[in-house]
Amino acid sequence: MIEARELTRRYGPVTAVDRLTFTVRPGQVTGFLGPNGAGKSTTLRMILGLTTPTSGNVTVGGRRFRDLPRGLRHVGALLDAHDVHGGRSAAAHLTAMAVSNGIPRRRVTEVLAEVGLAAAARRRIGGFSLGMKQRLGIAAALLGDPPVLLFDEPINGLDPEGVLWVRGLFRKLAAQGRTVFVSSHLMSEMENTADELVVVGRGRLIAAEPLATFAARATGQAVAVRSPDAETLAKVLTAAGATVLPQRDRLCTVTGLTAARIGDLAHDHRVPLHELTPQTASLEDAFLQLTAGSVEFTGDDR
Amino acid sequence: MTAITLPAAATVPKPRFAALLAAEWIKLWSLRSSYGVLGAGALASLTITVNSARSNVDLISRSGNPEQRLAIDPMHSAFVPEAYQILMIIACSVGALMVFGEYASGLIRTTLAAVPDRRAVIAAKAVVATVVTLVFGALVAASSFGLTQAIYHRHHIGLSISAPGALRAVAASALLAPVCALVGMAFAALIRHAAGTIVTAVVVLLLAPALFQGETYRWVKEICNAMPLTAWDKLVDNPARPARYPGKYPETVTEAWIVLAAWALTSAIVAVTVVHRRDP
Repeated sequence: MIEARELTRRYGPVTAVDRLTFTVRPGQVTGFLGPNGAGKSTTLRMILGLTTPTSGNVTVGGRRFRDLPRGLRHVGALLDAHDVHGGRSAAAHLTAMAVSNGIPRRRVTEVLAEVGLAAAARRRIGGFSLGMKQRLGIAAALLGDPPVLLFDEPINGLDPEGVLWVRGLFRKLAAQGRTVFVSSHLMSEMENTADELVVVGRGRLIAAEPLATFAARATGQAVAVRSPDAETLAKVLTAAGATVLPQRDRLCTVTGLTAARIGDLAHDHRVPLHELTPQTASLEDAFLQLTAGSVEFTGDDR
Repeated sequence: MTAITLPAAATVPKPRFAALLAAEWIKLWSLRSSYGVLGAGALASLTITVNSARSNVDLISRSGNPEQRLAIDPMHSAFVPEAYQILMIIACSVGALMVFGEYASGLIRTTLAAVPDRRAVIAAKAVVATVVTLVFGALVAASSFGLTQAIYHRHHIGLSISAPGALRAVAASALLAPVCALVGMAFAALIRHAAGTIVTAVVVLLLAPALFQGETYRWVKEICNAMPLTAWDKLVDNPARPARYPGKYPETVTEAWIVLAAWALTSAIVAVTVVHRRDP
């Protein structure tokens, strides 16, 4: 569990993170979404005590991370795959980390195998591709078998197979009851991975809600609904605040409500549904619209 | 969702400082540059001292004057300043490397995310740097003394380690290395940049003593006396051969020891404080 309260970081006149309040819960993958420069990395660094907040606070498992004597058993983190010394081998890098936290050395072999770097263990990190460095960073995050994991843009540099692997890994870690917090500037990346979203723009919180709810917030974001009693359904949904656009063949496009809410409303009013399809393709639109809005908003502020 | 037993705080082993020392030890020796810097440094220093003794011996052999050999201070060859200026820079680099190597590469963020106790991290680095450079300094100083005096022995002017001032000179030369390693560490913590750190260290450790020369103003000489190089120079003096020009404001042996201790202590405090206070 990660809890940020009014978390703020200023660099001179620039406010990188502006009164962020959110909670990241265990057992699910939470996407940390925002355009470049939105303050995602600064927030992650503040969670890890690497950057001191100007005001507000953030705790991991109820404690300030910097107050812990050793970190790896509490939080595993991949902030930047380049945060390594190119002169060391992958095994030496991980062994030093493991030893510092009193983690048995055999864990190094285990995590290297888990990320597919067993064959490269003795090679110098300086010769690694970005994808291999990402895998090494993930291995380091897994070393302490921690209940909380943070990943900053972990997909960068991974090949398609690597992307699939890393998504599977995040799902697996969340299914084991861990807190998994993954940042990205690409909405499409989150679509297949995240359950929950924390969306930021210009350092401010835009949304903290389930992925599906967030998707429905986009204006024009639609759910295709087919019902034999399209007329009744249209009345019910309109009354609930949705815009219903009838299409051919008893199909209508509903905007302003989530698929889940539409399903519940139909059930409450005993309207049979034959189809209920969220137009997930517009998740990217939802993200772009909302973050663009925040940019304009802060622009007016000045 | 399958619930698993996540490690509870109670199962986390007690944090041990020895574990941090082991980690820093692994970090230092898993870099080829560490071996290179120490090896090349030891070789360069020894070459200078041995060469000094050999050329003096050569001078004695070729001189017709039998008094020539008495004009030579055998102690001086074991402690040629240039050799120990190299030793100073090498030791300083080792200490500095352990810090700016992490800041320049970004590794420091990975390190501090693994060990949030910043003071413990830098303290462990300081201890490892001190131990490694002390051994390095002791090896160079003892070998220098041993080799040069063995060369002089052929002309019966070689000193034994029990000679007045000999042990003190070896000890001071050995300790000079960790003092400089800690100074390098403090500069690296402040500057965080490889070239900047080394240039600053060379200016402070080697050029400053040369800059504050002369006896016209007492404060200038006092600053000079407060430099590690000057203090070392005092400690490797051969007491059997008093200086011909002692100067108006000479440094005492006790003052020299205090100077070395003060530089080491101040540097360690600066390094720990700066790393603790300033975000990486």
